[in-house]
Amino acid sequence: MGSDALFGIHGTALQIRSQRMSVLASNIANAGTPGYKARDVDFTKALDSATGDDGTTADAAVSGNMAYRVPVQSSLDGNTVELPVEQTQFAENAIAYKTTLQFLQGRVDTVMQALKGDGS
Amino acid sequence: MSTPMSVFDIAGRAMSAQIVRLNTVASNMANAGTVSSSKEGAYRALKPVFTEVSDAPGVSTVRVGQVVQSDTEPTKRHDPSNPLANKDGDVWDAGVDSASELVDMIETQRQYQNNVQVMQTAKTLTLDTLRIEK
Repeated sequence: MGSDALFGIHGTALQIRSQRMSVLASNIANAGTPGYKARDVDFTKALDSATGDDGTTADAAVSGNMAYRVPVQSSLDGNTVELPVEQTQFAENAIAYKTTLQFLQGRVDTVMQALKGDGS
Repeated sequence: MSTPMSVFDIAGRAMSAQIVRLNTVASNMANAGTVSSSKEGAYRALKPVFTEVSDAPGVSTVRVGQVVQSDTEPTKRHDPSNPLANKDGDVWDAGVDSASELVDMIETQRQYQNNVQVMQTAKTLTLDTLRIEK
């Protein structure tokens, strides 16, 4: 998916942020599942491939840039979820989502102002 | 393909799984003091086994695959005055490790809280996105 005329890179970024939130939520949900391997999306790479000219969709970009997390300390049951790490990443992702939303809001405000004319 | 699981499905089902775990902890604590006249009849701690449920790569939630009896052995205790004592005057105390049950309970609580937090964040962000035009 290329850049959208109205939203530019931010529409795609929001989609990837939203999907990354699901992936991180999955990790947190499976914090107690034996043998579960935590995964994460490389946001920069996913955004690069989604905004490239090869027509990659945001969905494909996310699944194509997913990797397993390397645990700081491995656990006996084979689970690689480390809650502090996941919580930090989740919080960071939520803030970035909100930031992207602000950019989108800015675009919408600009267009609304243009449509209304004199800005009154 | 159906729509992939939302964050609400993921966190919601994980919370259900944690509740099952909390119920087993409650059952184990409730039965921690029970005695039996035979080793086979004695209560053994119940433990849930979590299993990953996934319908798309990277997106998965959790369910309780099965509930198994733990291998904590019931302890034999000589107590002839107990009405349940066998002919040798022995009874078997339930195979429950109270300390590890309490640790399990705290862990369950923490993981449940984490899922609540995830859901709350997702809810706020979704509502913010819906309000974007205003």
